[in-house]
Amino acid sequence: MLNVGKIEEGFVLDHIKAGKSLELYHHLGLDKLDCTVAIIKNARSNAMGKKDILKVECNINTLNLDVLAFVDPDITINVIKNGEIIEKKSLPLPKEVKGIIRCTNPRCISTIEQELPQIFYLADDHRAIYRCRYCDAAYNPNGITG
Amino acid sequence: MRHLITPLDFSVGELDRLFDLADDMREHQERYAHLCDGKKLASLFYEPSTRTRLSIETAMLNLGGRTMGFSDAGSSSAAKGESVADTIRTVSCFADIAAIRHPKEGAATVAAQFSRIPVINAGDGGHQHPTQTLTDLLTIRNLKNRLSSLTIGLCGDLKFGRTVHSLVNALARYQDIRFVFISPPELRMPDYITEFLDDRGIHYEEYIRLEEVIGKLDLLYMTRVQRERFFNEEDYVRLRNFYILDAEKMSLAKNDMFVLHPLPRVNEISVEVDNDPRAAYFRQVQFGVYVRMALIATLLELV
Repeated sequence: MLNVGKIEEGFVLDHIKAGKSLELYHHLGLDKLDCTVAIIKNARSNAMGKKDILKVECNINTLNLDVLAFVDPDITINVIKNGEIIEKKSLPLPKEVKGIIRCTNPRCISTIEQELPQIFYLADDHRAIYRCRYCDAAYNPNGITG
Repeated sequence: MRHLITPLDFSVGELDRLFDLADDMREHQERYAHLCDGKKLASLFYEPSTRTRLSIETAMLNLGGRTMGFSDAGSSSAAKGESVADTIRTVSCFADIAAIRHPKEGAATVAAQFSRIPVINAGDGGHQHPTQTLTDLLTIRNLKNRLSSLTIGLCGDLKFGRTVHSLVNALARYQDIRFVFISPPELRMPDYITEFLDDRGIHYEEYIRLEEVIGKLDLLYMTRVQRERFFNEEDYVRLRNFYILDAEKMSLAKNDMFVLHPLPRVNEISVEVDNDPRAAYFRQVQFGVYVRMALIATLLELV
């Protein structure tokens, strides 16, 4: 078993779908932050078989985690302070997702207009449906619908 | 600064004021003949349009303003590859208000984002056509003296028809509205619209044949059923007559059931219906001018 040292302050993001940790690393902007990050891929998990874990050593106020609920609502977020878990966070779906997904509706203006930010808004909280801010096409991981 | 990008950009109260103004403009057109003196409308039409462009330009002329622009993308800088964002930034230096029609969905949203003048969405692909919706609402309000407690039939291509989607969304905000959707199974109302109605507890029924239900309606909104929407020719031939409104079907309707149509009409309403006093689709075009006059005056903050 691989051992990664304890962190004093920061986050442990557990139960990430195996292979998805690098994607999260970029979504959270960790590539732009000067902090210690441990990426653990394909760790053994009783519940999931395999999982990824991200350990981030940082001030707990510096990281915006809102996007996690959109990327994978099953991720466990442990908030660490003074080496102890002080909170297990569950996040609501973000109202807006910017720069994470692209609109695949071929008729959408965002497919031809330069430098237009890709923005999706939460259209239906219960069904977790996001729609493109420009054309209102619904996003799902397999492509645009309705 | 306000824009009109979707019909829901205006609250029900704001729409009431807009429609009151449109009615006043209809009754006292001379009072408003110089309201827009010295103002310029840029009409940016990236694809052909007859009614909408002429209606918006007529509205501005009726108010004493002037119009300029282009009526197809080939004669604009879009042909050179200019973005919508850059075009509207430039046009903001020339005009006081802009109307944009563009084949891409969301183009008007982008224009509004980068504009320094009010933007009217005159149709963005299959997405939104809010001035048509305002026209429809003003017409209904005038014909029925209300926008609530109505049974409204929408007939024809309900899957791809942007005007019917916008109209349902807009009417859903009024009390006691009952929808009747009449279409071939292939062209039924999309799930996201019926889910929207389910979530709000708004009543709707779905039918395949118009004559089964026409007698229950207070209003009938017709749309065109296009041959190319069908999977095969056999189904088109079998179903097309269900969606053609003729004198026989009109004989089953109430005496005060009005017929609306966003036009252009092809053959889905027989010309014999045109002389029926309940045929309101050409009056609808006239209401479209008044509502656009009221809209321009409102967005320019001249009233």
